[in-house]
Amino acid sequence: MTRTATAATRAEVCVVACAEAWRGDGEVLAATAGTVPALAARLARLTFGPELLLTDSEAMLLADPEDPTHIEGWLPYRRHLSLAARGRRHMMMGASQLDRYGNQNISCIGPWERPARQLLGARGAPSNTVNHPVSYWVPRHSARVFVERVDTVSGVGFDRAAEAGPAAARFHGLRRVVTDLAVLDFATADHRMRLASVHPGVDVPLVRERTGFELQVPDEVPTTREPGAEELRLIREVLDPGGARDREVPA
Amino acid sequence: MSDLDKRLTTEEFAARIESGMTVGIGGWGSRRKPMALVRALLRTNVKDLTVLSCGGPDVGLLAAAGRIGKLVAPFVTLDSVPLEPHFRAARESGALAFEEWDESMFLWGLTAAAHRLPFMPVRGGLGSDVPRHNPRLRTVTSPYDDGEELLAAPALRMDVALVHVDRADVRGNGQFRGPDPFFDDLFTEAAERTYLSCEQLVERFEGPPQSLLVQRQNVTGVLHTPRGAHFTSCAPDYGRDEAFQRAYVRAARDPQAWRAFEERFLAGDEDDYRRAVDDLAEETGSQRKDASQ
Repeated sequence: MTRTATAATRAEVCVVACAEAWRGDGEVLAATAGTVPALAARLARLTFGPELLLTDSEAMLLADPEDPTHIEGWLPYRRHLSLAARGRRHMMMGASQLDRYGNQNISCIGPWERPARQLLGARGAPSNTVNHPVSYWVPRHSARVFVERVDTVSGVGFDRAAEAGPAAARFHGLRRVVTDLAVLDFATADHRMRLASVHPGVDVPLVRERTGFELQVPDEVPTTREPGAEELRLIREVLDPGGARDREVPA
Repeated sequence: MSDLDKRLTTEEFAARIESGMTVGIGGWGSRRKPMALVRALLRTNVKDLTVLSCGGPDVGLLAAAGRIGKLVAPFVTLDSVPLEPHFRAARESGALAFEEWDESMFLWGLTAAAHRLPFMPVRGGLGSDVPRHNPRLRTVTSPYDDGEELLAAPALRMDVALVHVDRADVRGNGQFRGPDPFFDDLFTEAAERTYLSCEQLVERFEGPPQSLLVQRQNVTGVLHTPRGAHFTSCAPDYGRDEAFQRAYVRAARDPQAWRAFEERFLAGDEDDYRRAVDDLAEETGSQRKDASQ
């Protein structure tokens, strides 16, 4: 089947922007939560990051990201936690709330003692963030997610890691936040969240409007790079022919 | 082969659990949960349990029935349905005392208990709100040159652990043939007593010796409970019953629907449960057939 090359959708721009999070990481586990990050990790592995390790989202390490039956290792829960503690992982997590220093909440909305909305619980977010690089994926950029203060701190941000002392800060490092509108990072003097790029077709005021805190915005904001032809082919024909990405980021 | 036979009925098992006990529950989320044992507890009057769990519908069912005095857990989820409805309702109504742990803290708390140590040092938790919400957590300073101040995950000791495996023998040895034992063998080592349920009782184990993770010295009672993890998954014997899980989630949204669900599925014994599950599957199957015509 031949396919006319069409311009990348927003979801495809997001997949590539997420994949870029793992560039240069070497032989670490690319762990994910969510559809777009899962596609992104596999895309990175198939293109610029052949050293990356991937799981089948359960306990198997995949030798071939295109073939879930071809495994290269066994990583059950306990060994996965040990690997994370050794720092040999870069995880892209989700976030129900994020603040300007990258504190993340997946525990509950409202007062912790009696929440308005109970979510998952802290899961491994506290240990992930003080042990290895972490990035975040936010499929819908909004002021409900990007808040002045998170209701409870599950994943540790830069300010809280510094406050907690050297043992918390030693291996802490948030890399980037990818949303349906933009890429954000923490490349500022005091690690406040900064607008790193806007996706094609998105303007800066929109990102500001949908961010509930004052975002650091450089004078010149670059545009997130467009996926290349080979990347689009891999996303469309190999990794996600069913279009699961469009359900997470509607066109 | 020997006289060592630890088999129990679900009633005998349930009679040994007392109100106020600390109960660890194996499995993870909606995977390989000892659901037959949980259902057996629901048929008794035990209450005020302290439950330790990588939580799934085990926590949901016990919370809905008001049996949990305190929950110690890093999360509660149904996997394919991210949020557990009964856990949410219990937290949002303020009915559930909750100790929220980080996953690696939980691992090291269980490990400390299994090794008879008071705590294990762990980095995870530092800087987060987990210690702020839990005043019993303390830090510990490394006595070595690094001088790091780490979190001291207290030993997660428990009176009883409940674990479901796919194969066991009558002496209490257990085998995991699925992809992940989770923390289950640790639970058996950390608990004073373990009750082990299984899909099949075997005379001889087959498969790699590395899968024989539960040792009989850590097991007090063995229960043969076919489909004992239902509706959670028990790989490789069966996957999660997603249709049943959806029915559970729908019923949990509404008190009246939940009473009907309890009446239909939880009022009888395990045989009644399996029959009710089969009936539902048949209904769902015929509905599907109708829809496809």
